[in-house]
Amino acid sequence: MELFRIKKDIPFMSYGRLTTSISLITFLLAIFFLLHRGLNYGVDFTGGTVMEVHYPAAANIEQIRQVMDGVGLKDVTVQNFGSSQDVLIRLPVKKELSIAQLSEKISGALKTADAGAEIRRVESVGSQVGEELYENGALALLLVCAGIMGYLALRFEWRFAVAAIIANMHDVIIILGFFAFFQWEFNLTVLAAILAVLGYSVNESVVVFDRVRENFKKMRKASAVHVIDNAITRTMSRTIITHMMTQTMVCSMLFFGGETLHNFSLALTIGILFGIYSSVLVACPIAMWLGVSRANLIGDSEKKPKEEEVPVAP
Amino acid sequence: MNRYPIWKFVLIGTVFIIGLLYTIPNFFGESPAVQISPAKSSLKVDQALLQKVEDTLKLANIPFDGLFMDASGVKVRLANTDTQLLAKDKLVGNLGKDYTVALNLVPQTPNWLQSIGAKPMYLGLDLRGGVHFLLQVDMKAALDKAAESTVGDFRMALRKEKINYYGIERQGQVVVVKFESEAEATKARNLLAKDFSDLTYKINGGDKDFSVVASMSVMAQKRIQEFALKQNLQTLHNRINELGVAEPIVQQQGVDRIVVQLPGVQDTAKAKEILGRTATLEIRMVDEEKSDMATLQKAQSGQVPFGDELFADREGRPVLVKKSVVLTGDRITDAGPGVNGQNGTSVVNVTLDGRGAGIFKNVTRENVGKRMAILLIEKGSTEVITAPVINEEIGGGRVQISGMANAQEATDISLLLRAGALAAPMEIIEERTVGPSMGEENIKRGVHSTLWGFAAIAVMMIVYYMAFGGVSVMALGVNLLLLVAILSMLQATLTLPGLAAIALALGMAIDANVLINERIREELRNGNTPQASIHAGYDRAFDTILDSNVTTLIAGLALFMFGTGPIKGFAVVHVLGIMTSMFSAVLVSRALVNLLYGYRRKIEHLRIG
Repeated sequence: MELFRIKKDIPFMSYGRLTTSISLITFLLAIFFLLHRGLNYGVDFTGGTVMEVHYPAAANIEQIRQVMDGVGLKDVTVQNFGSSQDVLIRLPVKKELSIAQLSEKISGALKTADAGAEIRRVESVGSQVGEELYENGALALLLVCAGIMGYLALRFEWRFAVAAIIANMHDVIIILGFFAFFQWEFNLTVLAAILAVLGYSVNESVVVFDRVRENFKKMRKASAVHVIDNAITRTMSRTIITHMMTQTMVCSMLFFGGETLHNFSLALTIGILFGIYSSVLVACPIAMWLGVSRANLIGDSEKKPKEEEVPVAP
Repeated sequence: MNRYPIWKFVLIGTVFIIGLLYTIPNFFGESPAVQISPAKSSLKVDQALLQKVEDTLKLANIPFDGLFMDASGVKVRLANTDTQLLAKDKLVGNLGKDYTVALNLVPQTPNWLQSIGAKPMYLGLDLRGGVHFLLQVDMKAALDKAAESTVGDFRMALRKEKINYYGIERQGQVVVVKFESEAEATKARNLLAKDFSDLTYKINGGDKDFSVVASMSVMAQKRIQEFALKQNLQTLHNRINELGVAEPIVQQQGVDRIVVQLPGVQDTAKAKEILGRTATLEIRMVDEEKSDMATLQKAQSGQVPFGDELFADREGRPVLVKKSVVLTGDRITDAGPGVNGQNGTSVVNVTLDGRGAGIFKNVTRENVGKRMAILLIEKGSTEVITAPVINEEIGGGRVQISGMANAQEATDISLLLRAGALAAPMEIIEERTVGPSMGEENIKRGVHSTLWGFAAIAVMMIVYYMAFGGVSVMALGVNLLLLVAILSMLQATLTLPGLAAIALALGMAIDANVLINERIREELRNGNTPQASIHAGYDRAFDTILDSNVTTLIAGLALFMFGTGPIKGFAVVHVLGIMTSMFSAVLVSRALVNLLYGYRRKIEHLRIG
C-alpha cells in the first residue's frame, strides 16, 4: 500500500506568506489567552492539597462539602471525577496549618463521616516547592533550546537552528495557549510532555532540513525555493506515517491511561499536530527568509572529501 | 552488499539474549516474605542473625522457601500469607525489640536468574502505593544553635583567662562581646581567635564601648549545615527502622532537604508521628550507695529505692540511676570514635558546649571514683548505653568515654550519641500518598496503553509496509525488550510517567523505521535494483536518524537534569528509549532484512507494499 504518490513537487514555499500568517495569528491568540486567562496550575506549582477519595457507593458531594465546613476548612473544591464514586478534593495552601496537619485533618474528617471512604491518593505540596518548579521548569526549557540550537548550528547552519527554535517555541506556546483557553490543569506531567514535544518537534524539523541539505548537493541548478519544496514533498509520506504512528500510541494513552495521563497525552496530541505543521510550514519559510543557500550550507561538506584525499603516511 | 559479517549477528544475538534474561524477572510476580532488620544502628546484619532466624523457624516448624541476607536485613520467603503472619509472630517473640520484623513482598525470580543479578524493575510509589515525604531542614535554626553554643564557649574561655567583659550576646548568627577598654578587647580577640579558629573577628566601637564581633566563616557555616543534615538523616533512619517498613528510602536532596519514601505504608499519621519524634540523651549519676546485689535484686522485683530509677545496660544488667539529670543530649555538640593514647583502647570522644562543659567539670570533680550513666531515651524506653567510672576531674568540654570493646563499638556508640536528636528542626513541605489499589490500577493502565498502542502500530506497519513493516515491528519489539531489560538492570525507579515514556518511546522509535522504509521505496522508484535500494535506504536514513535522535536526546538530558519526581522518572526512560531505539532501528532491523534478502542471488521484487 502506498498512500502518497506525489509526482510533482508541491509549491509549499509559495504559500509561505499565508502559512506563516496563520501561524502568527494562532501564536498571538495563544499568547492572548495565556495573558488573559493564565494557566490553571495544579498543586505541583501552586502548592496546596489534592485528595482523591473512593466511595463504595455514589458519593454525596454536598455532604462532603458540609464535612469540610464542619472542620473549619474553607475554599475547598469538591468534585466528581472519573465516576460517581470518585471524588477529588482540592485545597489551597493554608498559612496557619502545616501540610501534615492539613492532610490529617481532611482524612480524619472524611473517615469519621463515612467509614467506607478510601483515600486513594493525597498530594500536599508546600508553596516553596512550587516556586522552585517555575525556576527549574524555565531553566530546563532554556537549556533544551540552547542545546538544540547549538547542535543544529554545528551540524547544519545557524539559519536552520534559528528557524527550528522559532518553530519549536511556536508549538510550545500554542500548547500552553490551549491549556489556558480550556483551563485544563497544568501540572508536572504536562510540563514533562511539553519538554518531550520540544524534542519531538525539532526531530521533525531536522528530518526536513536533512533533506534540504541533501537536495542542495544533488540539485545543483535548482533555486532554494525549489530545493525546499522538493525536500518537503519527498518527506511528506514519512512525516505523515510517523505522526500517525506516534499519535496512535498517544491516543492509546489518552484512552487507556486514566486520569493521570490524560492531560499528559492531551499536551502531546496538540504538540504532535502542530509539530507537523510547524516543522514544514513555519521552520522552512523562516529558514528561507533567513537566506539559506547552497553556499552557506555545503561550503563545509564539500571540502571534506578533499581532506580525505590527503595521503596518510604509512 | 546486504550481508552482515558474522560478528554483527553474534553481537545482536548476544544483546538480545541478555535483554531477554534481564526482562524475564518482571513476569514472575512476588511472594509473601518477612523482613528482619536491626532496630538500632549498633546491631549488624550478619551470619549469626541469619542462623538465629533459621533456628527460630525450624523450631516452630514453619516451612520457608528461601532465606537470604541483603544490606537491609534478613529476608524469609514464604509460601503464603498465613505462614507469613505465623513466621512474623514467632520471629517477633524470639528476636525481641532489638530487631524489627516487617511483612514484605519479594520477587519470585528463580535463583539462577538472581545469581546473575536479574531483578524485576523497581516500581515507584505511584505504582505500588506508599507515602513520600519531602522534609526541609531549618538551617537557620542549626546556625542559631551553633552561635548560641559559641556564646557559652566564649564565656567559659574569657572567665578562665580572667578577661573582664560586661556583656555577651548573640545577634542573629553573630556573637558580640562587650568590653570597656580597647586593650581588653584586643586581648580577648587574640585569645578567642586562637581557641576558636572557625570564627572571624572584628573589633568595633570606641570611647569605653568596645566590642568584639565574632561571625562564622563560610566554611564553618557550610560544615555546620552539612553536619546538621547528616545527623538528621541518621536520626530519621533510626526512627523509620522502628516502623518496620520494608525497603524505606531516606535520601538527601539538595543542600537542605531530605526525601523519605515508605513503600506500602498507609498509616500516614503514625509515620508522621514517628518522623517528628525526638529521642533524647541524658547523663545521670549511678546511685553507688544502693548498688549492692541485695538492693538491685529488690529493685528488680519492684522495690526501687526513692529518688532512683532502674534501667538495664546494654548487656541486660540492672543499674540503679539517680533521678536527677546531670546533662541532656542538647549539650553535646559532637561525638566521634577515637583511641586512648595511653593504653590503646577504643574510646568515644564527646564534645560538650560551653555550659555543658562547666557543669560536667563540676560534677566530675565532686564524683571521682563513681560511675556516671549515659542514657538513651527513645520510643518511651530508656537504656543505659554505658556507665564508666570517673577517674578524674574532666574540664574543657572534651569528654572521653572509655570501656569500649573495640573500634566498631566506639563508632556505633558515637553514632548513637549523635543520632539521638535532630540537629535542626524539620518541616514536611511535600507529602504524597498513593493507596495500594491505586498503584495496581496505575500499572494496569500504563501496561494496557503500551500494549494496545503497540498492537495498533504493528498492524498499521505490516499493512502499509508488508514484509518490511514486519521487520520494523520485530525491531520495535526488540526495542521494548531492551528498554525493559535496561530499566531492570539499572534498577531505576519506574513511575507512571515512566510507563508513559515507554509508550512514547515506542511511538517515536518507529520514526526511524518509517524513514528507512520510505527511503528504500524512494530508491526503488528511482529505478535502483532491490539490493542497492536496501543498501542506500539504510545508509541515507542513518544520518537523519542520528541527527533527529541527538536533538531528542538533548531535550531528554535537560529534563533529567532539572526534573524532579515524575519528570525525572519520565526523562530516564525517555533517554534510555532513544538509545535502545537507535540500536534496534539501525542494527536489528538491518540484520533481519539482511537475513531476508541479503543472501538471495536474484530478487525480482521487494515486499515493501
